[in-house]
Amino acid sequence: MSAEAHNEHAVDHHHDHHGDDHDHGTYKGYLIGFGLSVVLTAIPFWLVMAGVLAPQLTGLIITAFAVVQIVVHMIFFLHMNHRSEGGWNMLALIFTLVIVVIAVAGSVWVMYHLNTNMMPVHDMQVMG
Amino acid sequence: MSHAPTLNPDYVDEAGRPIFHPVEEPHHPEGHSTMLGFWMYLMSDCLIFAILFAVYAVLGGNYAAGPAPKDLFDLPLVAVNTSMLLFSSITYGFAMLAMYRNKVAQTQAWLAITGLFGLCFLGIELYEFAHMIHLGATPQRSGFLSAFFILVGTHGLHVTFGIIWLVTLMIQVGQKGLIQANKRRLMCLSLFWHFLDVIWIGVFTFVYLFGMLR
Repeated sequence: MSAEAHNEHAVDHHHDHHGDDHDHGTYKGYLIGFGLSVVLTAIPFWLVMAGVLAPQLTGLIITAFAVVQIVVHMIFFLHMNHRSEGGWNMLALIFTLVIVVIAVAGSVWVMYHLNTNMMPVHDMQVMG
Repeated sequence: MSHAPTLNPDYVDEAGRPIFHPVEEPHHPEGHSTMLGFWMYLMSDCLIFAILFAVYAVLGGNYAAGPAPKDLFDLPLVAVNTSMLLFSSITYGFAMLAMYRNKVAQTQAWLAITGLFGLCFLGIELYEFAHMIHLGATPQRSGFLSAFFILVGTHGLHVTFGIIWLVTLMIQVGQKGLIQANKRRLMCLSLFWHFLDVIWIGVFTFVYLFGMLR
């Protein structure tokens, strides 16, 4: 089985050696990724639908599960690693994540303060 | 210095001196940078979704005395939808594994199954949208609903184009077989398809599950 898989891999590389050094993934890899994803999806849905924990704690936990599941998809489905495309994939991803965090966290932060600092009804009561 | 820097032979003249301005582009095999280029596209697409998530985070609480997430969302249906997309991810993975072993019929079969799961996902999503609009929860109703429809709708539009692309590639594989160009295209769609599943993790967590917690 393992020798056969190795052979297929060698043949494959012989066919397309035009700088095609991508990690292909295996049945095992896809099944592990799928199993982990099912668990990491089922638990957040169950937590929210059953309402077993306080909403704030539930929010924290399902955020953590989402982050872990995104990493699982990146590794087992998108075959991300620090070697793919000579490291440029990872560099582009890190850059994108920095921009995403700035855009999302910045928007939420600014708009939250805008909302709390511009409460006209509250201000009027203080002045009156 | 233990290692002298080695010069790329494409950029060296006959005497071994470096050429700083090559007259012609050195030869690159066709498609050698396609996967990196496609990854760059996905990263820019990621930024589009980041902005839409930011809009939803800002406007998601503005109900304008209209329906709130709890009145509209049906979590069991979202769970079914999520599983459709997850199934389509692993079946696309199986299509890729069949492709690497040059099994045309197997590749086509897994691609077809992937497409069907994708269609189920879209069907359920459109049913959900139609149901919401029927209840009067249209995109014009409130800031929350505008942000919801643009975020989830943009994802759905991506899935729609993914399915069109998938059918196109099935026709191309049917006509030309698993030639190098078709393999490259299938690898690009693989990244695209798995990327959409990653975005959906964000959608079901931060839109649907958090919506029910509010």
